[in-house]
Amino acid sequence: MPVERLEGHQSGRSAEESREEFERGLLMTTIDKAVSWARKQSMWPVTFGLACCAIEMMATGAGDYDLSRWGMELFRASPRQADLMIVAGRVSQKMAPVLRTIYDQMPEPKWVISMGVCASSGGMFTNYAVVQGVDTIVPVDIYVPGCPPKPEMLMYGILRLHEKVRTEGRVK
Amino acid sequence: MNVTELAERVRRLHPDVVVARGEATVLVDRDVLLAALRAFRDDEELRLDFLSSVTATDWPGRDPRFRVVYELSSTERHHRLRVKVGLPEDDARVPSVTGLFPTANWHERETYDFFGVVFEGHPNLRRILLPEGWEGWPLRKTEELGGVDTRYHGAFIPPVDRRTS
Repeated sequence: MPVERLEGHQSGRSAEESREEFERGLLMTTIDKAVSWARKQSMWPVTFGLACCAIEMMATGAGDYDLSRWGMELFRASPRQADLMIVAGRVSQKMAPVLRTIYDQMPEPKWVISMGVCASSGGMFTNYAVVQGVDTIVPVDIYVPGCPPKPEMLMYGILRLHEKVRTEGRVK
Repeated sequence: MNVTELAERVRRLHPDVVVARGEATVLVDRDVLLAALRAFRDDEELRLDFLSSVTATDWPGRDPRFRVVYELSSTERHHRLRVKVGLPEDDARVPSVTGLFPTANWHERETYDFFGVVFEGHPNLRRILLPEGWEGWPLRKTEELGGVDTRYHGAFIPPVDRRTS
């Protein structure tokens, strides 16, 4: 028992007082909550800029909007070091297998944000060249509307995702 | 050489020349296409030594339905000439000009990719921009607009307006 061990160093306190002191400094939680919190605090996005949305995504990561406030400024060039894919722009039919490969290369757990209407539904490109919604290829967690969305909108989507990661947590 | 002189010179080789908005266009038959382009390239006055583009147009209901368009220009004399070849709907084939202008290679592949015009004698006539295994010719006027489905790894997802959930 640590309480007994502490007793000799803290003269003037009874064993009962020392035990109370110890319990005040103790925080109880579950592994699920602790790990979810850690995941949420430090997401590493993979760069997947495809069109004009990517410009807004870059602006979100740069100085004015500063994604590093949420520990996210480190856009990885390798999917193996990332746990979030922000699909920023229209996905062409020819890009679809590439996108899926990159998604498959990301380690679990991983999340996807579909940024802008083109990624979400094909947007104005209802034609042969563009995939009609990236959710036909990979599972999507958050859809951010807009053409393109402002950095504030992307940040709102990211914060909603953080909330999802923090609360849904089940550690496998 | 201005466009009128250019048209006059071309007319001596092939009669069907039109000048509109300061641009000269000559229509030739596909049987003589190679000879015509060779003549335009090697002619002392024309010197049309650069093929800047190959494309096609689609006119459903007309005969010929397809027009393959060759944009020639002269790096030496700084003038341009457009050459058009009409192709019937049921026989959209034309000889490849890669032997005369190697730059035609990718242009012809792209035209094949989008219009389904077959360039006979092309060294590598495969799709160039669309994914391999694509069915249809998307820039033909008879292709549907919108309502695009997604086919991916054997899965079929209907177009956005026809999804139930």
